[in-house]
Amino acid sequence: MSDAPAPSPISDAERDELRRHGILLTSVQEIYNWGRSHSVWPLQFGLACCAIEMIAASMARFDLARFGSEVFRPSPRQADLLIVSGTVTKKMAPQVVRLWNQMPEPKYCIAMGACAISGGPFKQGYNVLKGIDRFIPVDVYIPGCPPRPEALLHGLMQLQEKIRGQAIAGPDAPPHLRDDVRGDCTVPAFGPHDLIPPKDPSLWHPPVIVRPD
Amino acid sequence: MLPPLDELRRLILTTVPAATVTIVENPGPAAQHSLLIGADHALAIARFLRDSSELRFDTCSNVTGIDWPEREVVDVTRTEVPNPAGGPPKVIETKAKRVVPGCLEVVYHLYSVARKHGPVILRLRTANRADQVTLPSLTPVWRACEFQEREVFDLYGVRFSGHPDLRRILMWDEFVGHPMRKDYVEPDDYEWEPTPHDEVLAKAQRHYPAPPQERLPDA
Ligand code: SF4
Repeated sequence: MSDAPAPSPISDAERDELRRHGILLTSVQEIYNWGRSHSVWPLQFGLACCAIEMIAASMARFDLARFGSEVFRPSPRQADLLIVSGTVTKKMAPQVVRLWNQMPEPKYCIAMGACAISGGPFKQGYNVLKGIDRFIPVDVYIPGCPPRPEALLHGLMQLQEKIRGQAIAGPDAPPHLRDDVRGDCTVPAFGPHDLIPPKDPSLWHPPVIVRPD
Repeated sequence: MLPPLDELRRLILTTVPAATVTIVENPGPAAQHSLLIGADHALAIARFLRDSSELRFDTCSNVTGIDWPEREVVDVTRTEVPNPAGGPPKVIETKAKRVVPGCLEVVYHLYSVARKHGPVILRLRTANRADQVTLPSLTPVWRACEFQEREVFDLYGVRFSGHPDLRRILMWDEFVGHPMRKDYVEPDDYEWEPTPHDEVLAKAQRHYPAPPQERLPDA
């Protein structure tokens, strides 16, 4: 990869000032990220009740098309965004990770709803994965059961902001522009009682909680 | 018109005389009583219920399972003893414990679309919960039972003889055990429990033993 870009010779404020006067100065990084952030194509993929809200968000009333994300792709090969919208059962988890691995970089993941974040109302169950972030790196978490379509729109806007802030070179570059980052995730296997491994330790380890009891 | 349950029982017994049919009372306000039928003649009874022109139970709307673990019941017998000093007789209670063996039960809900009546609830019981868990499949009589019997097999471990495709349906094929049994122990993957309580608290404490620190003196 190329070296880190030289620091911009003009500040953002100066650039905005020039824009007001009709002079457009930009960088490759800015225009590249601007383009990417406004054509995030989600994978057409729903898992449970949250998917209904995702569908509602893509319909005329909430109109996801305003943000350039109306093109739900039926193939992971054409998608940029995996919206994990619903309960990930342990039986489904390997398939979800496989879909993620089949998506080309750059790709992003939104964990939509309590189930995708932590197992939600089914956390104490034997068959539900306690959060998709045990296997897939998640960019945006949207809490709710289910989140309103507005919350999904807000999550998408947060993701756009994240995309716009990504450098295209240097140590802050996203994984797909770096050689030192592993591209795909571990697909768990089915074991006699649980997934093997039950979590990807390179991606997720439990937060440290110190109990006073 | 759907005959009352004891009349239905009599009809079944006239057609399948060797069968055992017991009425299981439901003491709740719903009073939905059911028929406990012996496994040996379950298929014959099912065929009769479906084919009899009066009953015509053409739809099996629901199949489900129940796990009855072994349990201890205390029978109380009251005997009146005349009071030697006169007055009202004394009541003496004797308590006897007995163990009801565990079993697995499969419940079928039948309706008749043609005759517009139902439901009639059938129960089948296995001999125990360990090795004698085979029951006849009613899928040859009602196709609708196929998936739901697979579910009962998957989650309770009832083996249906005569089922065309008895595989797990909700859990994966490599899975061992039957999660809806009362004694199933789920995998311990409670690494992170922000607000645990009850059993989950015990599990969370196993993962996060309390740090060996002194508690802060109360301010
Ligand atoms: S978070 Fe709530 S609405 Fe969403 S999939 Fe889970 S149970 Fe359904």
